[in-house]
Amino acid sequence: MKKTGIWIATGALLVTSGMAFAQGSISGKAILQGAAPAEKAIKMDADPYCAKTHATGVTTKHYIVGPGGGLANVFVYVKDGLAGKTFPVPKEAKLLDQQNCLYVPYVMGIQVGQLLQIQNDDSTLHNVHCMAKNNPEFNLGQPVKGMKSEKVFTKPEVMVQFKCDVHPWMFAYVGVLDHPFYAVTKEDGSFTITGLPPGEYTLEAWHHKGGTLTQKIKVEAGEAKAPDFIFKPKT
Amino acid sequence: MARYKVFVFAEVSNSEMGSAEYHPWLNRFAVFTAGVTLVLIGVGGVVTSKGVGLAVPDWPTTYGYNMFLFPFSKMVGGVFYEHSHRLVASTVGLLTAVLAGWIAWKDRRPWMRKLGWIAFLAVVLQGVLGGLRVVWLKDEIGIVHACLAQGFFVLVGAIGLFTTRWWSRFSLRKHPIAGCHALRRLALGTTILIFIQLILGASMRHQHTGLSINDFPLAYGRLIPPMDAVSLARINLERIQWMDLPATTAFQIALQFVHRIAAFLILAGVVWSARRICKTNGLNPVLRGLSVIWVGLVAAQIVLGASTIWTNKAADIATAHVVVGSLTLLAGSLLSIILVCCVASREGNPAWALGIQNSEAEIQKMGMAG
Repeated sequence: MKKTGIWIATGALLVTSGMAFAQGSISGKAILQGAAPAEKAIKMDADPYCAKTHATGVTTKHYIVGPGGGLANVFVYVKDGLAGKTFPVPKEAKLLDQQNCLYVPYVMGIQVGQLLQIQNDDSTLHNVHCMAKNNPEFNLGQPVKGMKSEKVFTKPEVMVQFKCDVHPWMFAYVGVLDHPFYAVTKEDGSFTITGLPPGEYTLEAWHHKGGTLTQKIKVEAGEAKAPDFIFKPKT
Repeated sequence: MARYKVFVFAEVSNSEMGSAEYHPWLNRFAVFTAGVTLVLIGVGGVVTSKGVGLAVPDWPTTYGYNMFLFPFSKMVGGVFYEHSHRLVASTVGLLTAVLAGWIAWKDRRPWMRKLGWIAFLAVVLQGVLGGLRVVWLKDEIGIVHACLAQGFFVLVGAIGLFTTRWWSRFSLRKHPIAGCHALRRLALGTTILIFIQLILGASMRHQHTGLSINDFPLAYGRLIPPMDAVSLARINLERIQWMDLPATTAFQIALQFVHRIAAFLILAGVVWSARRICKTNGLNPVLRGLSVIWVGLVAAQIVLGASTIWTNKAADIATAHVVVGSLTLLAGSLLSIILVCCVASREGNPAWALGIQNSEAEIQKMGMAG
């Protein structure tokens, strides 16, 4: 009896380990080929609080380019290859913050059904205008510092644009997916998507200014290296 | 006492085109209300030009405050324009209510009283539409809101005309309008085209896609803009990457192209109407003056339309384009009203235009009984 129990436990361990080993990950890089277009100065005079928090001036940050042309704020996600599969919804909420009259983060991902918290960390008023197309559009007022609103998206949508109409320079982009396989590139342009079951996928990389790029990739157990996503702005 | 409907117009003896009493302060108040309405259209134009119509997400409150108690210190960024729009709109609502009441009190013409109340209902409806556009987040309501604003401005402007001394004393017998049938068709047709043009303009502005054609007088370097899928993809890539504009559609491009064509049709219609009016009624100062103003306005409007494109839709230029568009519609509407009344008088049916209900005694006094 005791021997049987040990065999069952060992078997279960092997199966679980096998499943774990069977998961793969994709890593890669988004590159901006050529010089980044010049950013524009943002005038925040319309709100003295915002102007004060950026006393030395502020520009748009459409192209954040690291060493070797690595492009930040690119949303990379599995576009195709997961049909018919379902994935648990993370219990932890995602935060979209308003700090110093800018959205933080500028680009982020979230799963359908996952809680999105939107917070005002500024001593001025903001409106949070979600300009979703597949999900319900909404427009919330957050006139007081510390105010927090909570929302849940019900359908996948890449990308959902957030806008503050009080401060027309404030934008954020949220990729809503029905799976957890996405990443936002870091300042060096790198990204890693983990936990993918083996299979063939279409990856898409989205950049606010650069548009979208796609590529096919085969994932087996272990790590797969995706070819670089190379964005080429018009010169 | 028995009452008779007598329509005071050309064929009526003593045919002073109104024999309606003239109330100078009522007239001044109506013109003032029309002026503030034009300011309101301008402020509304700034709100749309700057894309801040949703900076205040609630209505009728403003960030939870009673809108009349909202602190000035919080009127920052887009809130300043949107909240100002609401305050000016409330002022126009109040002025219109007073105007309707004043007309009901002082003006004996039943149709004028009706016009006053229609104006009041229109301003209430306009306020509700503005509020619903904010809370329902529907661009379509914004388009209706913009078009009703133009209609309301014309209505209040017409009330201004109907309460002038000129309207109350003008005699078609003493100052007949020559060829008013043909002139009416021309002026009315052009005015209707201007209103359609304003609807097109409102549709473009309230879809918030920016300039769908960004060059002028050509369109993407051609006489007719490209609208095929390949060209559209290229155009949108450039818009997103380089122009900080959202993607556009073939429909939007077509809409703007039709807007341009219509502008030149309107120019032709206005110049032709003015020329005909000056030729046939050059001695009539009102008709001549309105015609000259109309031509000036439509010329300024075309320059402003071109400048809107050349400045990549600068908010002040785009707003001036809206305001001058309203004035162009008003000038055409007032001319059309005069000409329509002229035709109606010749056909002996000026009922809706200048009818006045008089008591039997009043009719006898005017020498019209029997």
